[in-house]
Amino acid sequence: MNIIVCIKQVPDTTDVRIDPATNTLVREGVPSIINPFDLYAIEEALRLREKLGGRVTILSMGPPQVEAALKEAISMGADEAVLLSDRAFAGADTWATSYTLSLGIRKLGGGGLVLCGKQAIDGDTAQVGPGVAEFLDVPQVTCVKRIEAIDEASATVWRMTEEGYEVVRTSLPAVLTVVKEINEPRLPSLKGKMRAKSYQPTVWKAADLGADEKSIGLNGSPTNVVRIFTPPVKCGGVVLTGDVGEAVEAVVNGLKERQLI
Amino acid sequence: MSDIEIIQDKCVGCGACLSSCPYGAISIQDNLAVIDDDKCTLCGACVASCGFDAILIRKDKVDDKSDLSEYRGVWVFAEQKGGIVQSISYELLGEGRKLADALGVPLSAVILGKDVDEAIKELGCRGADKVYAVAHPELEQFHDEPYARILTDLIRQHKPEIVLCGASTIGRALIPRVAIQVHTGLTADCTGLAIDDERRILLQTRPAFGGNIMATIICPNHRPQMATVRHKVMKEPVRDTSKQAEVIRTTYDAKTLASRTSVEKVVEEATNLIKLTDADVIVSGGRGLKAPENFQLVEELARAVGGAVGASRAAVDAGWIPYSHQVGQTGKTVAPKLYIACGISGAIQHLVGMQSSDCIIAINKDPDAPIFKVANFGIVGDLFEVVPALTRKLAATCGKG
Repeated sequence: MNIIVCIKQVPDTTDVRIDPATNTLVREGVPSIINPFDLYAIEEALRLREKLGGRVTILSMGPPQVEAALKEAISMGADEAVLLSDRAFAGADTWATSYTLSLGIRKLGGGGLVLCGKQAIDGDTAQVGPGVAEFLDVPQVTCVKRIEAIDEASATVWRMTEEGYEVVRTSLPAVLTVVKEINEPRLPSLKGKMRAKSYQPTVWKAADLGADEKSIGLNGSPTNVVRIFTPPVKCGGVVLTGDVGEAVEAVVNGLKERQLI
Repeated sequence: MSDIEIIQDKCVGCGACLSSCPYGAISIQDNLAVIDDDKCTLCGACVASCGFDAILIRKDKVDDKSDLSEYRGVWVFAEQKGGIVQSISYELLGEGRKLADALGVPLSAVILGKDVDEAIKELGCRGADKVYAVAHPELEQFHDEPYARILTDLIRQHKPEIVLCGASTIGRALIPRVAIQVHTGLTADCTGLAIDDERRILLQTRPAFGGNIMATIICPNHRPQMATVRHKVMKEPVRDTSKQAEVIRTTYDAKTLASRTSVEKVVEEATNLIKLTDADVIVSGGRGLKAPENFQLVEELARAVGGAVGASRAAVDAGWIPYSHQVGQTGKTVAPKLYIACGISGAIQHLVGMQSSDCIIAINKDPDAPIFKVANFGIVGDLFEVVPALTRKLAATCGKG
């Protein structure tokens, strides 16, 4: 089976610091990483390849520095990696991103299965997986926590819901978005690292995809960001030390004051 | 092509934009900001950071084909499970009412399901002026494809200017497909919605970068303007049984109802505890609990306050509690009225999942634990003493447990 995994390079939000003097965020020098949810998608693809044979291709859209993320995926064991990179893609919202990725997937021959992380930790939209499925006109199952059975024509998977899970059967090709519970991503192997070192991902530009210029990047994005601001930092609360009984009393009184209990 | 530009006459090389760039794409060269195209994604974070209006993102003029004024009305997608409308949909009706009143247009709900008559009545009581209803046995359970096709068709026919949907598992699977089909913008997980009176557009505010920044997003040239909204962010309207909605029923053929997925089994995970995303109060446990059996302390406290049980990633990864309880970046994002963190140090991955809670109580033995930075009330102490004491006190006060 040919599996395509869509990944995103994201700033490691865990490294964001707050400048105490100005109360603004310091994002300078924050390292970029593979979106954590996408690591589960890569791992699942590698496991499926071990079981069913075939190839795992990693696909991403972004500026040239995304190559680093693709090389990391190669070091984990992916067969190939393709970067959709063109200044004309920049500023894409989820509509334009879904469109562009779907063109890349089509150019790769469609793939029997497309895997994505549930959402990216920078945007947290969870919209691109379903968006890609819609552009490809294939079925989707979101929030997959287990692939129970799979063959060339269909898959039976567990979709995580608010109440528990549903066992969903889908025909293939399809798009699945995965959650953390599905597996434990492997670390890159030494052999993988060696290969990644010299590996050059294929780069496709807008013209290579035959992309409609009105549908890509900022121009192709129906949404615009009009304002970005830092949420007010929570001013320091009360920290109680000392006698447990007194501390508990103080907290319960505080809750009463706020009419929370 | 659209692009970003530093206006050299305005840039003073102050460097304020440097720290705003999530991708490290800006540097200062010869007292001017310079943007590295190899890194820049045109995300726009720097534009707001510049005190001199020196950064400009130009978007090419896109010719508007559709007449936006044809689109009128506010719609809420009413999510049902087993014929019961989910509370998130009522919250959206509450918020939708405000938007509809600000625009002077009707508020409508859309419901798909098997038997929807009860739901229609209820949606009327919750303030829907109209209900678009599609009833068919095939629609009993949510299926991505037929639901998306039908909602798309209804939008094309009736042209609402705003469509709101809950940011639930179902909503987040369904609505992106609809936005692609009708070719419009969709903003995920909004925490604030408002109308710009002058331009008659929807201002959609949402957290980004793990809640580290807030962004206000508009969809100026496409309709409808679509947004998903998190559970528990908006207020449910008061139920008014005297109100009744006008009902517009539509039927669809087998082709529209067809689905390439089928639900073989629905499994409700055995738990007598309240669902995390529904909870007004969440009590979470972390590594400080030391052993799985100690989660009982957390559960008892949760019971005393009528809350749900959450957990940090550390507790989940240790196998003490199922992943469905995980709060944080790779788990659930929650914003209850009260969040009680027991033995959680407060790694940023956890904080981004709960810091928008109204009131936070943290219990930890380490006075330097980052969790205290976001806590309204912190108790430094041994949780094995503090938690039972708090449970007793709250049980006595709330009269539960």
